[in-house]
Amino acid sequence: MRIIKKNLLIIFVLFFQATQVTASDAIILQSTTSTKNSGLYDYLVPLIKEDTGVSINVVAVGTGAAIKNAENCDGDLLLVHDTPKEIRFIDKGFGVQRYNLMYNDFVLVGPKSNPANIKTTDKILKALKKIAETKSLFVSRGDESGTDAKEKSLWNLLNIKVQSMSGTWYRETGSGMGTTLNIAIGMGAYALVDRATWVTFNNRADFEIIVENERILFNQYGLVTINDANCPNINLEKANLVIKWLLSDEGQTRISSYEVKGEILFFSNFNK
Amino acid sequence: MVSLSSLTIACFIGIPLGTVLAIKRFYFRKTLLAIINSLMGLPPVLVGLIVYLYLSRSGPLGWLGILYSPTAMIIAQVILIAPIITALSNQIIEELHEDYRDLFLSLNAKPIQAVIAYIYDSRYSLLTVILAGFGRAISEVGAVIIVGGNIDHLTRVMTTAIALETSKGNLNLALGLGIILLIISLSISLLVMWIKSFSKRYAHV
Repeated sequence: MRIIKKNLLIIFVLFFQATQVTASDAIILQSTTSTKNSGLYDYLVPLIKEDTGVSINVVAVGTGAAIKNAENCDGDLLLVHDTPKEIRFIDKGFGVQRYNLMYNDFVLVGPKSNPANIKTTDKILKALKKIAETKSLFVSRGDESGTDAKEKSLWNLLNIKVQSMSGTWYRETGSGMGTTLNIAIGMGAYALVDRATWVTFNNRADFEIIVENERILFNQYGLVTINDANCPNINLEKANLVIKWLLSDEGQTRISSYEVKGEILFFSNFNK
Repeated sequence: MVSLSSLTIACFIGIPLGTVLAIKRFYFRKTLLAIINSLMGLPPVLVGLIVYLYLSRSGPLGWLGILYSPTAMIIAQVILIAPIITALSNQIIEELHEDYRDLFLSLNAKPIQAVIAYIYDSRYSLLTVILAGFGRAISEVGAVIIVGGNIDHLTRVMTTAIALETSKGNLNLALGLGIILLIISLSISLLVMWIKSFSKRYAHV
């Protein structure tokens, strides 16, 4: 009954929010599915609104798509997790300044049956090698997101050409993290996922974390300002207020105190 | 609601256009009809992409600043459903026109009078056409998620909420939303059926 009530409330809200007029005082934050699905923005956005008066509309796509949208000036601020791409974005003149905001880590998840026979003591590179050798199913984002870039870089370290395997044991979904996890679970395949999405994900079936806690799986989120010489229409003033808040002691403490199911999902690390 | 606004706009474009195409004979009419018919199968994501490119701040209509707003979603949906309404209403009116053309000619009726008579006469069939357009509008997710951005409290609609909840693994909630969407659609069809039978009964009194 409670679920039904909750649903009805959501429907009610959905029905009426579509009629609202765009609030032009809101800034658009181009960001990633991992941060959005974890509920971080549902927690932070109202706090930011209260302290700075700026409302934020979050568009959640993969890091690659978020950066492209920002290059088209369709965002006032960028919060993504692919440091090399963020730096390239600035070098090309689209962005101005980049800050380390927070981090967490990636984990390798897979079915309990563990077809590649990966041991808990195995490091991530060894685990991926076993997957490739046994041709166990592996599901990749394949969408140039931050997670996708990290995963591809791991295969590169192993010198395994996954692109040529695409469609056989290596499968690219081209979708967001949650959708990719749903597919991995449906196929009984391994997948690399950021910890925040994994912790908050509610359709795990018999899947568990196979490999975790490694330096190489570090996942840094960056905050990038957009170049207003390139995009004169962006709302730089409000974006700067939001940046200031996120990097302040208050903002950093808030990020690190966001918990889901008793786990901290993001650790703030500006100036660390 | 986004779907209702786009439906209304699409009707104001589609029904008159469909009627004109049924009555007037001009060069390229057949070609135009073929194009409109093929646009009925327009992939929503393609429409989303094209509207995105136009409304993007770096696109030709970027100065409007309406990307990621309900307005952008309405534009995309109008593009999606206007061809359906045009093509289907054209089909209906054309059949009527074949029967009544000579009568109207003999009455020396003005074209505009004929148009009004046709639309009035086929109003029940046109209701079904409108329902088809509405069905497309509320079931569509590909276009609105690109141009709307699925922003909470602003551009999130039922279908994009279902997509989001599914990706979070909240399959029960997603299914619940889906059922409610179905119920909305069902009640609207029932309402239309009821209007039809009600007005038909009293039309003969």
